[in-house]
Amino acid sequence: MEHLLSAEDISVETFNEIYETAQKVKRALREGRKKFSVLRGKCVVNLFFEPSTRTRSSFEKAGKFLSADVINISTSTSSVKKGESLIDTLKNLDMMHPDVIVLRHPCEGAPYTAKPFVRAAIVNAGDGRHQHPTQALLDAATLKEHFGTLEGKRITIVGDIANSRVARSDAILLRKLGAEVFAYGPSTMMPRYPTAMGIKVLTNFEEVIEVSDAVILLRIQLERQNAKKTFPSVREYSELFGLNRKRLNQLKPGTVILHPGPFNRGVELTNDVVVSERTLIFNQVETGLAVRMVVLSLMCRRLEKLKEEVQ
Amino acid sequence: MARLLFKGARVVDPSQGIDEKLDVLVEGERILKLEENISSTEAEQVIDVSGLILTPGFIDLHCHLRDPGQEWKEDIESGSNAAVAGGFTSVCCMANTDPVNDNPTVTKYIIEKAEKVGLCDVFPIGAITKGLKGEELAEIGLMVKAGIVAISDDGETPKDSKVLRNAMDYARSLGIPIFTHSEDKTLSAGGHMNEGPLSSLLGIPGMPPEAEDIGTMRDILIAKLTGAHIHVCHVSSKGALQIIESAKREGVKVTCEITPHHFTLTEEAVKEFNTNAKMCPPLRTKDHVEACRVALKTGIADAIATDHAPHTEDEKLVEFCQAPFGIIGFQTALPLSLNLVREGYLTLSQMVEKLSTNPAKIIGKSSIGTLKPGARANITIFDPEEEFILTKDLIKSKSYNTPFLNKKLKGRVKFTVYNGRIVYKTV
Repeated sequence: MEHLLSAEDISVETFNEIYETAQKVKRALREGRKKFSVLRGKCVVNLFFEPSTRTRSSFEKAGKFLSADVINISTSTSSVKKGESLIDTLKNLDMMHPDVIVLRHPCEGAPYTAKPFVRAAIVNAGDGRHQHPTQALLDAATLKEHFGTLEGKRITIVGDIANSRVARSDAILLRKLGAEVFAYGPSTMMPRYPTAMGIKVLTNFEEVIEVSDAVILLRIQLERQNAKKTFPSVREYSELFGLNRKRLNQLKPGTVILHPGPFNRGVELTNDVVVSERTLIFNQVETGLAVRMVVLSLMCRRLEKLKEEVQ
Repeated sequence: MARLLFKGARVVDPSQGIDEKLDVLVEGERILKLEENISSTEAEQVIDVSGLILTPGFIDLHCHLRDPGQEWKEDIESGSNAAVAGGFTSVCCMANTDPVNDNPTVTKYIIEKAEKVGLCDVFPIGAITKGLKGEELAEIGLMVKAGIVAISDDGETPKDSKVLRNAMDYARSLGIPIFTHSEDKTLSAGGHMNEGPLSSLLGIPGMPPEAEDIGTMRDILIAKLTGAHIHVCHVSSKGALQIIESAKREGVKVTCEITPHHFTLTEEAVKEFNTNAKMCPPLRTKDHVEACRVALKTGIADAIATDHAPHTEDEKLVEFCQAPFGIIGFQTALPLSLNLVREGYLTLSQMVEKLSTNPAKIIGKSSIGTLKPGARANITIFDPEEEFILTKDLIKSKSYNTPFLNKKLKGRVKFTVYNGRIVYKTV
């Protein structure tokens, strides 16, 4: 794999290899081994055109644990509008010999626009509403760790599906791994062509309860709700589409809950859900770090070295 | 006066119902006669065009020449060069220049500059409203005197229906058509591509075909109310075509155009975030493309127009959602239209009707769009079989923003004759 731009780029074999290695990485981390020399002499640039805490710090730690030099550049698109184009920013960065550029950008397809102009490997850390492939990797890895397999599992994503890069990435990878993917939320937040995304839209919470082996809750992006709101109020959203204690108890035994974070307590989910044994939300964070360590190694063609070191 | 003889071509002129092998004799700026075997002794210059097709010069109802104000994208000279390289001897340019063509001074500037360049007719289209703002009517009457052939706020048809009504009433009284970019922009707001399966997959906000349908319906209803001649620009949706069809049946004075890209490409062209496939209206799905082709065949669509919209490489080499809408189209119109002939949608004669005869009628010009003796000698001669790769070197426009760049195309203009002068020939 030269770049990681979309969940489409991840084959089942690649996923399995990433998964197996990430499990070993996690074991090492839990043993307190946090410094590896895998990426010594390598340089990772985190180029974020959108605010992010979780993903950026996850990539940063992943790089640092592997002894790469990590540079964080946060900027807003407004500064780009002032002058330098995305391509020029990347070309300039590329001349500083990074090995990996981790790119987050508010426009769909930005890493595809950038790709022909850089020598470094690009890891898409989220492009608008399009893709966020490492999120798909960590969600799939979290679920595989829990269930042992994704074959035949039914997974429902709840929330603003139409505007979610997480939903788009998860749907692709989870289906590749044999799961069925469903979606639920206000119909204003469903894509017009769900089958193109590989999902089936459910029409009420009872169906979600009935079918789901896992529920992935998406964050309601309150900051993106402008005058043309896609739902009338937070109160109404949480009442109709939020996961609370009552609904949690109705879920099939064994159904687990995921959330890419950061979550809005009292909106998508209540504290009962956060503290429930069914939640894998915090496993996701740990798995995310491990997966990103593997991805960075893979991009630098040092996967074998990583495997050796985490033994 | 100098005489120029074109010998041996298949002459296709729907205005006279001609499709046969004829010689064409031009005297000065006019067509003198079309006959079999005109003797070479009758002319000073004889050009052997056997094996080629000779038609009245193409007329483009819709282009953007960016002059005045955005000459880095295109100007009247480069635009004229590109037009004649595509076989167009007349082009109608939209008013969204800087300053906007909303007054007779700008209109005159365009016409005078085009005359100085002297390669083809440039017919300005005047703005409907001052500054294209959709509020106050522009000086339409004075612009008509200065030479505009139609009015349009292309891209920004007035949202206010009363303003549009006034404009249509006014246009009717002046005897000119109103060209509409029909779209309900409140429904398509924020969109960058067609709302279809691909936009669901890519997450790019979509512009539903229904936005075009609603706009078309409103604009046609106001045309019906006022009795104005409405010409619907770049129709791309099945629904809009159905609305136009039923309006035509009812007797509303409506004509419409379809662009080569809308009858050729689907939204799939956007897949790799190709900004050269980003235009408004957007490329749609197969069923809409098919509807566009069928509409040309049945005559629901009257004209093929390019919507030639130059943007430089720098402007297009950006993130998809930040790229401007529009592609160039003069030099791809003929080969793409010929595809419809090859695929059996159009006869050659119908194709010429869409590229020349009908456009002339829509803008009310009787001396062009025809090879009748006495008409202006505007002629396009092409080889329908010649294949070529559309490289940057071949593109005469200042901009290269086309999804057909470096693609193989079939059907090539060999000579373009404007007012009896050869203004373009393929070397």
